[in-house]
Amino acid sequence: MTSIYINFKYSSRQRFIIPSLILCFLLTHPFSLCSQQTTFKTNGPDDYREGLYAFTRVTLYQDYKTIRSNATVVIKNGKIIDVNTTGSIPAGATVYNMQGKFLYPSFIDLYSDHGMPKIKKNPGDEGKQYESNIKGAYGWNQAIHTDFEAHKTWTRDDTAAKIYRKQGFGTLVVHRKDGIARGTAALVLLGSDKENLLLKNSQIANVFSLDKGSSTQEYPNSMMGSIALLRQTHYDAKWYAQTTAPKEYNINLEAWNETKNLISIFDAGHWENVLRADKIGDEMGKQFIFRTDGTEYQRLDEIKKTNGKLIVPLIFPKAYDVSDIYKNQFIDLAEMNHWEHAPANCAYLDKNNIEFAITSDLLEKRDDFLKNLRIALKYGISESALLKALTFQPAQFLNIYNEVGSIEKGKWANFIITDYNLFDDRAQVLENWVGGKKFTVQKSEDYDIRGTYKLNTINSSTPLSSTKLVIIGDKPSPKATIIFSDTSKIDVKLDRKGKDIVFSMIPFPKGDNKKYFFSGTIDPETNRWTGKGQYPNGAEFKWMAQRDSLYIDTSKRKLDTIKLESLGKLSYPMHGYGFEQLPNQESILFKNATLWTNEAEGVMPLTDLIIKNGKIAQIGNNLGCAECRIFNAQGKHITTGIIDEHSHIALRGVNEGSKTISSEVCMGDVINPSDINIYRHLAGGVTAAQLLHGSANAIGGQSALIKLRWGFTAEQMKIEQADGFIKFALGENVKQSNWGPQFNTRYPQTRMGVEQTYINYFTKAQEYLKNIQTNAQNTRRDLELDALAEILNKKRFITCHSYVQSEITMLMRVAEKFNFKVNTFTHILEGYKVADKMKTHGVYASTFADWWAYKFEVIDAIPHNAGILSQMGVCTAINSDDAEMARRLNQEAAKSVKYANMSEEDAWKMVTLNPAKMVHLDHRMGSLKPGKDADVVLWSDHPLSIYALAEQTYIDGRLFYSLESNTKLQERIQKERARLIQKMSEDKKAGGETQEPAKKQKYSFSCGNENECLH
Amino acid sequence: MKFIPSIFILASILSPCFFIAQDIPTPAPKQSEKICVHGATIHIGNGQVIENGVLVLENGKFTQVSPANALDIKSLNCKLIDASGQHIYPALIGLNTYLGLSEIEAVRATNDGAEQGSQNANVRTIVSYNTDSRVTPTVRSNGVLYAQIVPGGGLVSGTTSIVQLDAWNWEDAAILTEEGVVLNWPSLQRKMGWWADAKGYEPNKEYDQQRQDIIDYFLEAKSYSGSSVEKKNLRFESLQEVVKGKRKLYINVQHIKEILHAIDFAEQMGLQITLIGAADAYMIADILAQKKISVILGRTHELPNYADEDIYQPYKTPAILQKAGVLYAISNEGFWQVRNLAFQAGQAVPYGLTKEQALMSITLHPAKILGLDHRIGTIELGKDASFILSTGDVLDMRTSQITRAFIEGRSINLGNKQTDLYHKFMEKYGLKVK
Repeated sequence: MTSIYINFKYSSRQRFIIPSLILCFLLTHPFSLCSQQTTFKTNGPDDYREGLYAFTRVTLYQDYKTIRSNATVVIKNGKIIDVNTTGSIPAGATVYNMQGKFLYPSFIDLYSDHGMPKIKKNPGDEGKQYESNIKGAYGWNQAIHTDFEAHKTWTRDDTAAKIYRKQGFGTLVVHRKDGIARGTAALVLLGSDKENLLLKNSQIANVFSLDKGSSTQEYPNSMMGSIALLRQTHYDAKWYAQTTAPKEYNINLEAWNETKNLISIFDAGHWENVLRADKIGDEMGKQFIFRTDGTEYQRLDEIKKTNGKLIVPLIFPKAYDVSDIYKNQFIDLAEMNHWEHAPANCAYLDKNNIEFAITSDLLEKRDDFLKNLRIALKYGISESALLKALTFQPAQFLNIYNEVGSIEKGKWANFIITDYNLFDDRAQVLENWVGGKKFTVQKSEDYDIRGTYKLNTINSSTPLSSTKLVIIGDKPSPKATIIFSDTSKIDVKLDRKGKDIVFSMIPFPKGDNKKYFFSGTIDPETNRWTGKGQYPNGAEFKWMAQRDSLYIDTSKRKLDTIKLESLGKLSYPMHGYGFEQLPNQESILFKNATLWTNEAEGVMPLTDLIIKNGKIAQIGNNLGCAECRIFNAQGKHITTGIIDEHSHIALRGVNEGSKTISSEVCMGDVINPSDINIYRHLAGGVTAAQLLHGSANAIGGQSALIKLRWGFTAEQMKIEQADGFIKFALGENVKQSNWGPQFNTRYPQTRMGVEQTYINYFTKAQEYLKNIQTNAQNTRRDLELDALAEILNKKRFITCHSYVQSEITMLMRVAEKFNFKVNTFTHILEGYKVADKMKTHGVYASTFADWWAYKFEVIDAIPHNAGILSQMGVCTAINSDDAEMARRLNQEAAKSVKYANMSEEDAWKMVTLNPAKMVHLDHRMGSLKPGKDADVVLWSDHPLSIYALAEQTYIDGRLFYSLESNTKLQERIQKERARLIQKMSEDKKAGGETQEPAKKQKYSFSCGNENECLH
Repeated sequence: MKFIPSIFILASILSPCFFIAQDIPTPAPKQSEKICVHGATIHIGNGQVIENGVLVLENGKFTQVSPANALDIKSLNCKLIDASGQHIYPALIGLNTYLGLSEIEAVRATNDGAEQGSQNANVRTIVSYNTDSRVTPTVRSNGVLYAQIVPGGGLVSGTTSIVQLDAWNWEDAAILTEEGVVLNWPSLQRKMGWWADAKGYEPNKEYDQQRQDIIDYFLEAKSYSGSSVEKKNLRFESLQEVVKGKRKLYINVQHIKEILHAIDFAEQMGLQITLIGAADAYMIADILAQKKISVILGRTHELPNYADEDIYQPYKTPAILQKAGVLYAISNEGFWQVRNLAFQAGQAVPYGLTKEQALMSITLHPAKILGLDHRIGTIELGKDASFILSTGDVLDMRTSQITRAFIEGRSINLGNKQTDLYHKFMEKYGLKVK
């Protein structure tokens, strides 16, 4: 009774299916149970059974932490009615003697699509379907399935259920793995009754993901788009519930609001996505439960900080076949590291007190589940912690522990019986009881035939008398041997079913070398086998075997444990070049360097520089600093770090290329902190970058400003309190001129259309702002227009991809019409043609040094562009837009010295101070000035020279890169690779499966042909 | 479409100051007078440097290369060019380029270097080579005066040609009309996903078959006898010189195992080969040196191929080959990109090459690979008088300022479409070109 109330209190929105059951509780004695009432008719006389069973003398794992030996468990009508150690059995119970066996609560899997209909991908018009093709009063996006209710389509799948039961599962939470909002999940039992009886809770949770699944609609086609869609749907639903104004009817939003208080599971996967999903949850006011992919050990602290509970799979990658050293270079150390650490994931989570449940999903074969569970155990996690993750935790996560998850009075009779301790390699699930119904998984023989027998043939002429039959080994498949009086031995093949025993042998291989057949019956009372035999000549004889002594199993459970410390060290990020220890902020006095200040002082030879607390502390001669590490920088150059104004590194996706306007997507949502290019950039003296959306859309996405804090998380890389920026794009990419002939339907297809797109959207943004002012309650929050309204309010700033003069002028005029300024034109290869207009408008220019001829709109690009723009007073930068070029932006700046005779100091500013101005960070970055951030680079030579190497790169006073540490990292990579190659080849030798080496690193196209990149 | 020409005509008639851009400078005439260049530091191209040297050019050839003090130039009766304080380098040679084969990468009509089909030994780049490309003069202005024009696509892409970059037409440009044949070796790793959604790689399961197909194709080409067949096969005909080891086969190949397979193939067939790209060549530099296999490296300005690889690997590879004694050149594949050739070489200097070695990788070494070192590649007596002058180190963009260039004694116009536009707009804004 109480249990039901508690349940309702915790999740009032959960719809318990069987109201009659509640009634039943209320009307009857609290300790008696009634069976589920049904409506269906039976064919023939009723066959009602109480299902009263008692399991006696069992080793009971009552819950994950309580073991009771010699226990009795009594069940009736699918529920547990008694657990005792007194041996008390109610009258009428069918008794099973479970001596020597083990009884556990069966497992609960929270992540499953068992019994759900197959997902069909509607053959959409690939590449062109901009609107939903679902008919009816549904929402606008096909990836939102809030109306989908798993229980309405769920059907029993006996074949799959059998596999689950074999691995110890009894209860599942099922949902359809399709879409970004997947609708509700149902709680079901893995039994064989009608679905009406197996469905225990129709709406136990709802499920979300970042994967649009079977949707054929273009949007979203990036992770950032998925995030934006989820956020927008949340705001739409909020508005839908609140607005008093007339509104559409929307099935999806109705359903969203109806189910919004359910517990929510987020199908996240990689640890990075767990953090992303958690951020979405914060915005939605929701704490998700995260389904992960086993990489959480790589970022335990951050995972813990989410406060999210986890659903963790046991997917362990196969070792690589490392036998061909020529192919081993395809394997990244990070992959090898993951191979080594993946099985330890649960142990890491447990050690760090992160709550998790285990799912059997995502395994290549679900049959490997118990095997993998036992592997996980080796890494120092306790049996009870693993049991907890399979019973208590999943039940607790969904507030159903009062129903399932342990062997206690009143709970569902869901349990498994095993022959050994579950974690013993020899253990098998013999029976799996689901809702009080027995499923025999593995036939077990109760009577143990193992031991030493005297075998005699009676009235026989053949001297088989006084031979010994010895039966040893595993109980389910024992091995038998005949030992003759002269101690010679032969093997015997036993075939035993219950009390029937059949065997044969060739007792005289040197004699007649013929087979003798034996068939008989076992008498367990007297431990005697009797039966008949047949000689090779066909004559029959009688025989008897009498057991003299029992076999004593001396083989022990293998308990080899692997210490976490014995594995390779974790690095941040998980990469060959990752840090084992993140760099600390240092106080350093650089003596006698040549300082490129970018201030009025210009280039200062033989000058000292002090950095302290992450800032530039002092510049001057003969400086002293007691707490400083002193570095003699004579002959070296020190500059502020290079800022790449136009970058696409460290991103999981660059374009949300499905919409002309995608201002709702944020690059900050998809920063990839593990991109090796971050580290490579540091080696080129780059310390900060603006990560821009691609140029596929007239209005792209919101930019992210990061410092290249290698080893830190995505959020930690973002520059604190930076202004908001957004990418716009003009010209061929927006018009889809070079996408292929089928891309001729999306608006705009001309530069004329691009202008109208802007005017249309800024007009809409103006109206939106007005609506917010006059009628906030009824104004639907629109993330797309939010960003544009911020531009109008001068709180967000435009970086616009641009090439030809006509479009450059157009955008300035549109901006002026709406009373704002374009912040930066990027690429701006024809900027030199309208430099005077740009100066008047007050826009920045961020360009390439010498790119051209890759598409028609760059046909008039000239390498003197930056020079002309600068001379005309337009603040100009050189950017990369390319992961390779970014690590030598100093050289690209020098090209303006070559082509346009720019002064070296001005050229240098084009990759430091000027980009700092463009991203509104020149108050703290871009020059060597006391008080500014200690983002500094020590160069071996003149920093504009091709011969210069960045020897040390500091961000916030932390040394993120140095030639010296790079050498050490390379040594570590070599050592670790060698160690893991040995380990993998040992694994193969021991019978482990392998996979072919394959490059995992994403390839990046050279952006020489920019329309291939759309950056 | 009919109205277009009429508008064109109208515009040219009505506009009194119809501006004809000098975006393709006129090719220079043949050297007619003896020229003496004096006062410069001469980088011979073979590692030697002459401080304050003198060059004498007559009829397109170097007739004197010596220190200034060894010669009385006044007595030579030549046109004097005072190059004091400047550096002289041999003409740079761009290998593995697409110059003249493409004008605007994204405009299909301007792409002319990759024929349909997979076995195209008979197609010749020289006939596609466009001497009037607006791109070529921008490359020339940076000192690249010779180029290897390389076809793309398919398995056997076609025949390369060698040109000098100041010409009226392709016959005028050609140094070698059919130089070598290009083969694209299959890759062990296949790219997954597409450009907007790159997903890493998977092993190429057809690799072994593809490799066998190449061997079979060349075996058949080898057995082919043009005289005895009923119907001629143009593709096989054009491979005859190659399979006889008389014409070079260029093999585009990257990975170490693929390189070893390609070498094995060449040895089996008795071919004369040069590897192109060969990013992993540094791993087997000793084998390449021992087998005397030359390599045309791609750009040093590349990212490493593997995540764990030395982050500077593409910068370091030339020095590793140099040290091992491999004949290698540095190239800058592409077309407009070729203007950065000198910097691709300069990039290797802080990573182990000397400046003179870096220079050799874009002058003498390419000439040797092409078999043209008797004519070009160094500033030596009797060779073609093709060279450049720069006020500073040509390998470093900070200092590279090319002031003059000569091809066979012809003084080349270093202007191009881009410098025209520069001047045009500087003038518009009333700014002075420094």
